[in-house]
Amino acid sequence: MKQEYTVTVYTENQVGLLNRIAIIFSRRKINIESLNTSPSEIEGIHRFTIVINEIEDVVRKLVRQIEKQVDVLKAYFNTNDQIVWQELALYKVPTDEIAEKVKVERLLREHGARAVVIRKDYTIFETSGHREETDKLISVLEPFGLIEFVRSARVAIIKESAGFHLKLREFEQAEPSEEAVENEYLDQGKDVFVM
Amino acid sequence: MAGGLRSKIIVMETIELKPATETKKEPTTTISGSEAVLNAMIAEGVQTIFGYPGGAIMPIYDALYDYSTRLNHILVRHEQGGIHAAQGFARSSGKTGVVFATSGPGATNLVTGLADAMIDSTPLVCITGQVFAHLLGTDAFQETDVINITTPVTKWNYQVTDATEIPTVLAKAFYIAKTGRPGPVLIDITKNAQIQQFEYNGYTPCTHIRSYRPKPVVRKKYIEEAAKLINEAERPFVIFGQGVILGKAEKEFKAFIEKAGIPSAWTILGLSALPSDHPLNTGMLGMHGNYGPNVLTNECDVLIAVGMRFDDRVTGRLDKYAKQAKVIHLDIDPSEIDKNVKTTVPVWGDCKETLPMLTALLEQKMYPQWLQRFKDCTQKEEEEVIREELNPSGDILTMGEVINTLNEITKGDAIIVTDVGQHQMVACRYAKFNKSKSNVTSGGLGTMGFALPAAIGAKFGAPERDVIAIIGDGGFQMTIQELGTIMQSNVNVKIIILNNRFLGMVRQWQQLFNERRYSFVDIQSPDFVAVAKGYRIEGKMVSERKDLKGALQEMLTHPGAYLLEIMVGKENNVFPMVPQGCGVSEIRLK
Repeated sequence: MKQEYTVTVYTENQVGLLNRIAIIFSRRKINIESLNTSPSEIEGIHRFTIVINEIEDVVRKLVRQIEKQVDVLKAYFNTNDQIVWQELALYKVPTDEIAEKVKVERLLREHGARAVVIRKDYTIFETSGHREETDKLISVLEPFGLIEFVRSARVAIIKESAGFHLKLREFEQAEPSEEAVENEYLDQGKDVFVM
Repeated sequence: MAGGLRSKIIVMETIELKPATETKKEPTTTISGSEAVLNAMIAEGVQTIFGYPGGAIMPIYDALYDYSTRLNHILVRHEQGGIHAAQGFARSSGKTGVVFATSGPGATNLVTGLADAMIDSTPLVCITGQVFAHLLGTDAFQETDVINITTPVTKWNYQVTDATEIPTVLAKAFYIAKTGRPGPVLIDITKNAQIQQFEYNGYTPCTHIRSYRPKPVVRKKYIEEAAKLINEAERPFVIFGQGVILGKAEKEFKAFIEKAGIPSAWTILGLSALPSDHPLNTGMLGMHGNYGPNVLTNECDVLIAVGMRFDDRVTGRLDKYAKQAKVIHLDIDPSEIDKNVKTTVPVWGDCKETLPMLTALLEQKMYPQWLQRFKDCTQKEEEEVIREELNPSGDILTMGEVINTLNEITKGDAIIVTDVGQHQMVACRYAKFNKSKSNVTSGGLGTMGFALPAAIGAKFGAPERDVIAIIGDGGFQMTIQELGTIMQSNVNVKIIILNNRFLGMVRQWQQLFNERRYSFVDIQSPDFVAVAKGYRIEGKMVSERKDLKGALQEMLTHPGAYLLEIMVGKENNVFPMVPQGCGVSEIRLK
């Protein structure tokens, strides 16, 4: 069954690697729902967070192909209940509407929105959360003249993860320990994709 | 200028042809990026480079002028020819092939070869020139985005814009190309970096990249589980691929099957890893493979795959493939495990290491009844297909009898390079081999035009051996220009054109599946012998049985390159055949 999977990839900071990873999906005509690249807990190591809708078998194969890339240190995949994730959303609304209508103020507060910029002509609010939450605020603000909306890619933390520091130390050794073997999830069946 | 030349000479004297394992600290000298490229080649033990010059790679070629006694550069006629030659070199020698090409069209002409090397796991290092760094992205003359074009068809690629990066990047390139599952690496070097003078501290080969695991660690647990399955099996069957050759594990493989007594069959790229006459060699797998290995894949109880990747041409329909069997898969590339066929026990690792570990745990066994099943199948195939193919009742020559006659002369000692199509299937089915690394063909990508340049490279990779290219009349015309390379570099390759005046494989499919609607397969050819003569290559055409053996002998004893065109039956088909969409046990004998 297709469901949302979050793929977390630890990589070297290398020009062209984004493309190398992206084409693993596009070659198989798999749509990337969201993609975020950012620094990780370790300086010099990048972290990709990729969201796709697929069946587990396909995701597992994709992750193996990603991990096979020379500049990729490690890739994990998780279902939504294994991660904590957020997306950031920005909303631009006419200031007079907000200022005049008490109702709007209350709605914004209910959705945990925060004003980032207040100008005479418009105000920008931000909120973060899951897609449904940020989506809901769109429909709430629409009647009040939502001018612009944008949402970031998902960023996610794997609940069970102990971070990458230890792993990296193993990777830096010329002879990897058994734990450092790539694709170690292969022998752990289903609930492996936790660190 | 004089100072520059002197420093050049110092470098040439101090770097000897050393194996790549030694770190040599040079007294710091100033050299150009181009010289650093060539020093890297020498330090890595490269002796032969296939290439074609052009504007953006001119500084490297200028440096090559001074290195021409240390590095043998073969001028090809087209960059595609260059990269296929490098592939042939890598396949016959077991070393890394090296290609030089210029930017733009030079680089794009490499793409087919890169894709071919990628899918067939051939170690290559390709150096392409690139426009000056400040011109990148300006649509400059002969600028193309080589890195992005080649990303899907390279194991790794990198653009160098600063000469100081060259020694480390090339060290990485050679390391990545050769280790783990081998593959092509492309390094794109901007012209300014080639020209740039920099402080050179010598060349240090790469031995470790933290993000790169060339081979997974072997797990004892899986070795034990696999051994248990094999020891308990009643009808075990081994299928092997090029992994055995790439891992240089032919001996280990032979010891493994001999101790376990298991019948074995090969994929097209695994061919020659096990001698043809080995009693446990049951033949070829897949679409045009032998009858027994295909049918009995669906009757074995334990299927042991060694260094092969379950290509669709091997498996046929996956949901009808070895469903009854427990599958043990030995592979160095973890992403191959479970990719196409679900594995019961994955034995990941280098088969050079895993095979002996496995062999140690096996009981000495034989399966006479099971082996007899294979023999019975061979008998059936012999009667229904092979006999007529090798000893035809009609007057017209068949491809099979050409290969069979060739076997009588070469005794299985030659390197056979094949192109793609019917002649390839026939050659792989019937050619005999005693030695590993003797079968060079484009397996995964199926690149027509591969054989002629690959044969050139194969000869440089194994100069002491006979190299025979077997090519169809269609494929030969795709890279016919490489006859010029053979002429200029005096490459002693023997070329057999099996001419059936058709694009035979497509025609066979059109006959079988498209009601004989022969759509654009009746290809016309020039007078091949006359073309060869134009390149000062000796040649002959034969069409009659009485002339065949003599002509083959004449070809092989001729002191230089030789082209032999052999006219074969126009509408012969290759059988057996697993039709597309069918399971392996539905293989057709006619």
